[in-house]
Amino acid sequence: MTMSSLDNTVTDQEQQPLSTEARSGGRKRSITRRRLKVLAVQLGIVVVLLGSWELLVRGGVLDALLYGQPTRIVNQLYIWVTQGTDNGSLGQQITVTIEEALIGFFIGTALGIVFGVAMGRIQFLSEVIGPFLKVINAVPRIVLGSSFVVMFGLGLMSKVMLVIVLVFFGVFFNAFQGTREVDKNFIANAEILGASKWQVTRQVVIPSAFSWIIASLHVAFGFALIGAIVGEFLGSQEGLGNLIRQAQGNLNQNGIWAAMLIMAVVALIAEWLITRLENRLLRWRPPQHSAAAEA
Amino acid sequence: MTTVSESPTIGRDAAASMSPAIEMTAATKRFRTPDGSSYTALKNLDLRVERGEFCAIVGPTGCGKSTALTLAAGMERASGGAVRVFGKEVTGITPNAGFMFQTDAILPWQSVLENVAAGPRYRGVAKNTAYRDARDWIRRVGLAGFESNYPHQLSGGMRKRVALAQNLINEPELLLMDEPFSALDVQTRAKMSTELLGLWEQSKPAVVFVTHDLEEAIALADKVVVMTAGPAAGVKATFHIDLPRPRVVQEIRFDKKFNEIYQNIWEALREEVDIAYAQTTRSVAPDGKEAE
Repeated sequence: MTMSSLDNTVTDQEQQPLSTEARSGGRKRSITRRRLKVLAVQLGIVVVLLGSWELLVRGGVLDALLYGQPTRIVNQLYIWVTQGTDNGSLGQQITVTIEEALIGFFIGTALGIVFGVAMGRIQFLSEVIGPFLKVINAVPRIVLGSSFVVMFGLGLMSKVMLVIVLVFFGVFFNAFQGTREVDKNFIANAEILGASKWQVTRQVVIPSAFSWIIASLHVAFGFALIGAIVGEFLGSQEGLGNLIRQAQGNLNQNGIWAAMLIMAVVALIAEWLITRLENRLLRWRPPQHSAAAEA
Repeated sequence: MTTVSESPTIGRDAAASMSPAIEMTAATKRFRTPDGSSYTALKNLDLRVERGEFCAIVGPTGCGKSTALTLAAGMERASGGAVRVFGKEVTGITPNAGFMFQTDAILPWQSVLENVAAGPRYRGVAKNTAYRDARDWIRRVGLAGFESNYPHQLSGGMRKRVALAQNLINEPELLLMDEPFSALDVQTRAKMSTELLGLWEQSKPAVVFVTHDLEEAIALADKVVVMTAGPAAGVKATFHIDLPRPRVVQEIRFDKKFNEIYQNIWEALREEVDIAYAQTTRSVAPDGKEAE
């Protein structure tokens, strides 16, 4: 049988790409050392920046009232954690903001994907709706926040709406582009194998567009947090944005910085989660150049 | 353009009562180019492929070989003439056909097993049954043990085998192949060709195999169709290959008869290759030759 001769090719010649991890013994150590070095330098930069800020304020070069001061920012955080904020516990403020951002993020992302894929697949739809979306996209959407506060009040709803509007477009454009960029051969092949239009969309188009969509989620979550904060800033009774507004009103620069720090931590955690999701959903890609391979 | 039909040897005649696998009469395909003018890829193409026949199409680069395949597969519609597959006018994707692309068309985000099982799954076969059949086909193309690998973990030759299994699991009566092995190295390619013949003899679908490589065409096919240089390409000549089967592609080139056939067909092909070469390089004007 011809089969046995083929098997040889498979095991000897062709399996090689699978066993690259075999020769990683000595190289691992030098990589670890390099990592430590990078980390040390990074730490150094942070210490120098924060240290000089602190010293400049203490030495009277910078005004503490206008510029804030690292130790007082920490102190502000300590007070918020131990004694709570004017609006209630700090945890409560963070939860409110994250809740607004998350709800809006999920709805905005879902809408973005649905619209993007649908318009990418259905020519007629993209011709009809395309111009409208272009117009809406041209509007400075953050301003809609004011309008939403008037429309939906000071509660959750107005922030969620603003977040949706901000998140939607980024995800939408990527989903649309991703749908358009699907390899034509993949689609033709699936059709010849017997796939219906819907099966092509589900099995071929959406998975293919996913590397585009996921790339947009990193930015989109940033927008979600901005939307929630700005929404609170424009009109609210609680949340981190509200804290920032109060701090601004009281000329409490340290409070603004402290709230910003909390936001950064939230954003980093979200970023980490999205990257994990990305690695999980796109685990079919070659590991070395996961992003570059798709572009 | 005239269609010269040379038959140095007598080909086997399929049962007259059955409609042939492919029947193109005066098939013409025009494409609209981005600048608005139209480009005629195929003009008055006559092509007949019997059921169970292995037909190879050779021709110079850009002569519309692939276009002929897309017409048969229903991926494109003919601008003129008739294209019938198993007696039926092609109006959409041809249902009982398989297609192997020049570039990889298996889905990189699906495992080998999922890729091979795709056809039956699309057609509504239960997951268990589809996966069982897929495992069988993966074994048959020599990929047992790689079921859960992703395409990027496989070599080019292995990915071609996945594509082959993916098509054959649907038990197509017509298999259209567009230079499927052209990206492979010479040894792997010959092995794949022999393997293809082995699998083909089991179920005997009609095959249309497009290639640049005349050697490959003769080694594989019952019939070699030489196409004229594009644009407005058509059939120049048809040759029947009566080399005995089963054939071993790696060794067939040592056959004396193989060489005779090769020279014979090369005579017809060379002219067209020259014309096409002159067109692409624009160095020598293909004066007298264009009249053919």
